[in-house]
Amino acid sequence: MTPRSLYAIAPHLSRAECEAITRKVLGFSTADECRVSINSGMRQNTRFAVNQVSTAGDDYNASVTIRAVVGKRVANVTTNRLDDASLRAAVANAERIARLAPEDPELLPELGPQEYKESIAWSDATASLEPEARAEAVRAITSRSLQAGFVSTGYLEANAGSNAVANSRGLFAYARSTAAAYTTTVRTPDGTGSGWAGASDNDFRRIDPRLLAERAIDKARRSMNPVAIEPGRYTVILEPTAVANLVGLIAGSLNARGADEGRSFFSKAGGGNKIGEKVVDERVTLVSDPLDPRVPANTFSGDGSPTEKVTWIENGVVKNLAYDRFWAQKTGKAPVNAGGSLAMTGGTSSMEEMIASTERGILVTRFWYIRGVDPRTILFTGLTRDGTFLIEDGKVTRPVKNLRYNESPIFMLNNLMAMGRPERVSASESGGPGQAIIVPPLKCRDFNFTSTSDAI
Amino acid sequence: MTASRREFLQQSAAAAAAAGLASSALAHPVSAAPPIFQGDPSHKELVLRAIDAAKAAGAEYADARISSARSQNIGTRERRVTNIGDNETFGFGVRVLVGGAWGFAASSNLTPDEVTRVARQAVAQAKANRAAMVKPVQLAPIHHPPVPNGVWRSPIRIDPFTVAIEDKVAYLLEANAAAMAAGARFVNSNMFFLKDEKTFASTLGTVTQQTIFRAQPGMTVTMVSADNRDFQTRQSTDIQPKGLGYEHVLDNDMKRHAARWVEEAKQKLTAKPVEVGRYDLILHPSHLWLTIHEAIAHPTELDRAYGFEANYAGTSYLSPPEEKLGKFRMGPSFMNILADRSAPGSLSACGWDDEGVAPEDFHIVKDGIFVDYQTTREQAMWLDWWYKQNGRPTRSHGCSYAQTWADVQFQRMPNVNLMPGEQDLVWEDLIAATENGIAIIGDGSFSIDQQRYNAQFGGQLFYEVKNGRITGMLKDVAYQIRTPEFWNALDMIGGKRSYELGGAFGDGKGQPAQSNAVSHGCPPTRHKQINIINTGRTA
Repeated sequence: MTPRSLYAIAPHLSRAECEAITRKVLGFSTADECRVSINSGMRQNTRFAVNQVSTAGDDYNASVTIRAVVGKRVANVTTNRLDDASLRAAVANAERIARLAPEDPELLPELGPQEYKESIAWSDATASLEPEARAEAVRAITSRSLQAGFVSTGYLEANAGSNAVANSRGLFAYARSTAAAYTTTVRTPDGTGSGWAGASDNDFRRIDPRLLAERAIDKARRSMNPVAIEPGRYTVILEPTAVANLVGLIAGSLNARGADEGRSFFSKAGGGNKIGEKVVDERVTLVSDPLDPRVPANTFSGDGSPTEKVTWIENGVVKNLAYDRFWAQKTGKAPVNAGGSLAMTGGTSSMEEMIASTERGILVTRFWYIRGVDPRTILFTGLTRDGTFLIEDGKVTRPVKNLRYNESPIFMLNNLMAMGRPERVSASESGGPGQAIIVPPLKCRDFNFTSTSDAI
Repeated sequence: MTASRREFLQQSAAAAAAAGLASSALAHPVSAAPPIFQGDPSHKELVLRAIDAAKAAGAEYADARISSARSQNIGTRERRVTNIGDNETFGFGVRVLVGGAWGFAASSNLTPDEVTRVARQAVAQAKANRAAMVKPVQLAPIHHPPVPNGVWRSPIRIDPFTVAIEDKVAYLLEANAAAMAAGARFVNSNMFFLKDEKTFASTLGTVTQQTIFRAQPGMTVTMVSADNRDFQTRQSTDIQPKGLGYEHVLDNDMKRHAARWVEEAKQKLTAKPVEVGRYDLILHPSHLWLTIHEAIAHPTELDRAYGFEANYAGTSYLSPPEEKLGKFRMGPSFMNILADRSAPGSLSACGWDDEGVAPEDFHIVKDGIFVDYQTTREQAMWLDWWYKQNGRPTRSHGCSYAQTWADVQFQRMPNVNLMPGEQDLVWEDLIAATENGIAIIGDGSFSIDQQRYNAQFGGQLFYEVKNGRITGMLKDVAYQIRTPEFWNALDMIGGKRSYELGGAFGDGKGQPAQSNAVSHGCPPTRHKQINIINTGRTA
């Protein structure tokens, strides 16, 4: 859809404005070192429920974080009052608190000026999505749902903003980014069926509300009156959203220090970490690349260090874990920033082929209320939701009641049978843009379902 | 507050003080002197300006909130401070109703011109939203006259922002040292404080100024096995977050508890893996509050029951309301669920909610039967038929809340509490009465489906109970329940003396997702024949 106006870009601080603020703050600083971080922008959202807009919001915020270093003592102060007196007070407060803090034995000097690649995460179309255009996108779903006699609920969020980092050693980084997500849950009026569809992108024009409406309505219709099946180990075909719900969890453990300290799945028996070890099927490769046009992310991290492409797992083998500057220095490694986005390689199987080759299995739309159970194995629990179907003799035969799983994405990726083409998805539980993630649909054996749920 | 509730709280406070309990919230009665708002007095003019601008632009109803919130977080590990952060956020939001449709806009730029612009923006947005409207919003009347000068303040003794940073750092590092001395492999500790000064005005003539405090000290001890193949943690769940000041930190000195937490984490490394099966569960208040939160408090939110949260938080098994209210048996006849925003030191306590309604205590479950939902002014109208049928006025229970100035207010849960039983039973009595059970202390892993039927909970500590005695520690324990059956399997409940407040800052709901802070009071309980699974797997 076309936004109403491409001229009304959501307010955010420009590079020049960020330069001016950081110069001013660094000028107020009397600390040995100072870092200034700025975040600004608009969050624009519209919600709907029972086929009409329920609430909406447009909010602007800009905040500045000052990190003052006095000797080896550090403190951070954040404020969203950007007048001179408030900024001066925030600097003074940061320095006062820093002087009272104990020395930090792990403190490293601020970085000097760095080279950055230009971020590609901005879209004018997302930044100019006004309430009228959002209401129109809502009608694209509610009108179809009404026509079908169903009840639609959904959420559209479009964010646009900038962030900057500068320090007293002359480093300056600035980037703008946008992110949009649109999700809908369509239920049958009798409450026996529920279908979900969602999409996320930096560019709202790549999200098609009509397609979301059709998918969610179709799933709601097909999911009516599900039957209960025995929990147990099943072959599953996971749509890309369900895959992202689980594979995204690995990112949280990709940290060298936790692994070296013995408190992570990536810890090695006897000491050290699993870099170089094969942990999942050899068809699996996981990469974070801020310049991947499918899932762009920021090109610098919070301390101003450039974020490069990192391969975490290549052909099933752990290639990299994130090292902060201190841990890298201590262990004689190069620093590696955590990834802002995540991409998993895919295969060539179509969903139809995966279904046709399955004698008995379960097709999953998405997972919900995913919470950690055992960090030793990245074991999580959660439930299927809004479209769960039984596959028998190569065909989707009927809807089934939702199931709770206790499973690890590591085990799942060891039980891999087939992979489809990667797709960018909306995988955050709350329906916000969340992490940019692109993953394929998967077919896996022996997925561990532990109980059934009556929830629809 | 009802007389019986006030009496109960006073008794609990006395009992808590006498027993020297960790949960000291009840030991701080509200001060008799009326509180004074110490925030910026100019905020009152600005909120009035906002609602005037909204009215002039065509709003039939408007409210405005200015919030100046300060938070502080101090984090440590072992002998090192990992973070000291001071955060202030300041801004305002304007909500308007135009032709029955809501609009909301917010900004951090608090100038008179921006206040007018944002109020108009909210009206313009409401007009855009009206285009897709099917049924206009109606607001229930407020049961009390407008409050032109309302002032409320959390009943704290020590403002955390007046306590020196070095004292806070010393407190945490001493607690860490105690853990290290007891043999901890790793220890992380932290404290978090919030002070939120909120000024509110609505077109009904209410203007309130409230100062809300919250405090949470916490510690996690980690032990790693000698061969690096296993690690276990113990979180300090016996100290729960409260709507209190720095006294909450001082009253719960972590260094006194650290050695015990280390010992418990060590025991977890060698604990016996649980055998799957059905057991009688004995749940400590430091654990049970979370089960109440997930399996009673969330499904009794009225917007969920009507499908408004279907796209994220979900709907509810307590739906449709006309089939459940007054009919659905939640549990045994001694089960009573009372909601409040009045318990001193609780996280949800306030003088007025975020649409200017003075909250009231109300029963959600009475004598085991489900009787009411949590409501706002908009939602109370949806239950007009039920209140009329019962000869009660149709009015909000005062459950409107927004996490910050930038977020629109909507229905959020108050403190939802399981009331103690008649008999004077305590934790040890429940264990002594159990033949074959598992006792669980502290909240851990949690997950529940979108209608709140199927839930799974872990915990911090699990003990095998045989013939009335604790016979050893278990690990890899989680219980899976179907909510209605779980509450109907409740067969023993602690008395007033064993009642404690648990709670959380991170109660998520809404889109964009907002965090609510809420407490849940409860005594220990026993539930017959609950399904236990073993969550341990080998990588």
